[in-house]
Amino acid sequence: MNILESFRIAVRAVFANKVRSLLTMLGVIIGVSAVILLVAIGTGVQKEITGTIEGLGSNLLFVFPGQINTSGGGFGGPPQQGHPFSNADAKLLQTRLSGVDAVVPVASSSGTVKLGNKSGRSTLMGATEQGAQVFSATLGGGRHYNRSEVDASARVVAIGYTIKTSLFPSSDPVGQVITINGQRFTVIGWYQKQGGSLSGDQDNQAYLPITTLQNLTGVSDVRIIMIKVTDAAQIDLARAQVKRVLAPKYQDNVTVMSQDQTLGILSTVLGTLTYMLAGIAGISLLVGGIGIMNIMLVSVSERTREIGIRKAVGARTYDILSQFVIEAMMLSVTGGILGIALGAIGALALSSVVPTEITPWAVGLAFFFSAGVGMFFGVYPAWKASKLDPIVALRYE
Amino acid sequence: MPDSNTQEAAGSCRPVLQVVDVTKTYFLDEVEVHALCGVSLDVCEGEMLSIMGPSGSGKSTLMHIVGLLDHPTSGRVIVEGEDVSGMTPNQLAAVRNLRIGFVFQSFNLLARTGAQANVELPLIYSGVSAGERARRAREALERVDLGDRLRHFSSQLSGGQQQRVAIARALVSNPSIVLADEPTGNLDSRSGIEVMALLQDLNATGITVVIVTHDANVARHGQRIVELRDGRVVRDEAVSDRVDARNELAQLGMNTAAGVAAVASGDAQ
Repeated sequence: MNILESFRIAVRAVFANKVRSLLTMLGVIIGVSAVILLVAIGTGVQKEITGTIEGLGSNLLFVFPGQINTSGGGFGGPPQQGHPFSNADAKLLQTRLSGVDAVVPVASSSGTVKLGNKSGRSTLMGATEQGAQVFSATLGGGRHYNRSEVDASARVVAIGYTIKTSLFPSSDPVGQVITINGQRFTVIGWYQKQGGSLSGDQDNQAYLPITTLQNLTGVSDVRIIMIKVTDAAQIDLARAQVKRVLAPKYQDNVTVMSQDQTLGILSTVLGTLTYMLAGIAGISLLVGGIGIMNIMLVSVSERTREIGIRKAVGARTYDILSQFVIEAMMLSVTGGILGIALGAIGALALSSVVPTEITPWAVGLAFFFSAGVGMFFGVYPAWKASKLDPIVALRYE
Repeated sequence: MPDSNTQEAAGSCRPVLQVVDVTKTYFLDEVEVHALCGVSLDVCEGEMLSIMGPSGSGKSTLMHIVGLLDHPTSGRVIVEGEDVSGMTPNQLAAVRNLRIGFVFQSFNLLARTGAQANVELPLIYSGVSAGERARRAREALERVDLGDRLRHFSSQLSGGQQQRVAIARALVSNPSIVLADEPTGNLDSRSGIEVMALLQDLNATGITVVIVTHDANVARHGQRIVELRDGRVVRDEAVSDRVDARNELAQLGMNTAAGVAAVASGDAQ
């Protein structure tokens, strides 16, 4: 009997046992598509987060008060023990640093933004007029506050997209007056939609001159000083300069981080995320694999009797094995291909909601694992049955 | 030995199947079960032999051994002059494929597979081309009067029809011997007689037929009865009042009530 004949027999067996064949394929399909989809979502999210941070530009320095211990892999935010910076520190850096485009003190708070009977809690971001150079938000209309408004602590605000849509669903907010923590502010601009980030909803932020924010909250602290270096290659030089300038006042209690370092810390977080995804993928594979195993083992007695019949009428061990290998291969490969297609379609469909990116290693792993499980549990019982005396196989219960 | 007497009585016997001092011992939960204790038997070419005995007599074990589905603990089986004792499983498969046809009590057809595909099965494994297979399978099914049921699945056929498919499968490869293990065991009386008629027809064309049964009435369809008890041959003699299944069928057709009565008495035995 040649291989073509084995193929025909296997095809016939697959179609003769449609339900069993479908269930086996279903196990492979679920395993493969689940892994591809989950890993695609994980990779997509990871890429987007990394992209957002990289989008800030590689020439930014973040200066925090206090020391952040990055060696342990933690990312705890500014520590409590550091003495906060003041506006004067930013001014000092501005005058003493060379090769920088902008030195921006940033303060933040939260407050109630209100227009008429519509109100909501938002993050208030205070910065200088140079803030536009270091923030990633893009103006949708109006303008950023200018230097004279910062100097004069003017009651002006540029609002994020969420605030704009909730307070001004249909009208242009520029020139309108809203209240923030009970004080009246003139809206001078609004920002386009940015989406979420690790630090919360960037669209639910109101940008005020830092002096105005400090007056509003009564706290003159500067949370962070952002520095934009002219030449990204000079970033380490700038870092050293910052430390030197601030050393007389703060000694070592200053942390200067570049975007690379931020990414480095983040990658620890994202690495954990990857492990989590790998875990989920593993569980999906296991579930799919158990599904395949179940249906194969449930049909062992029926298949063993079938093998008994075939042997009784003259099938050799090779005939039996080639039939079952081909059968298992067809089901596994077909299931695997359908699973890949389903996973890809799912990833595509979800991409409007969650960022997704299909990764080749996940496709390969899922396919070969599921197909392997399908092959093993399709062939192993058949191999065992093919070794039995025909009468034992015929009478198998 | 009684069997030598019978052979002399039957005239020249060209043995198509020889069983020489075969024993079979099973181990069930560490207990030895002697299913066969030194059985010797010659099956002559062209004869219709019934192996009879109560359950546990070893008759099915004997059939499985002569059908090369099982191997003896000791002793030899010789098929058409060839000792199969030392053969590999694949060589045995080839002997079964070309020389032996099986009819089982529980039919043993492939599930969810059409009648013709079932009948083609032995031919697939002997490498007959697809067209030739289909032709011979159809021919065999016509011989068992199922020419109009080629694509029917087992589940769409009655027990008698399934057993006829099994007979078609047994004869399609032109074997020298057809072994039938309780071929009427799962059938109603009429279907049983039909199956016996087919086996007698088959035998009339020169194929050696061995029937294993516990039913003396069924056994009397053969020319010779070998009776087993506790793994030994206790009787081996020619049948004097052989039953012709075609006659039975004719009678059944003429008088159903009489047929039922005959079956009732047959069952009682």
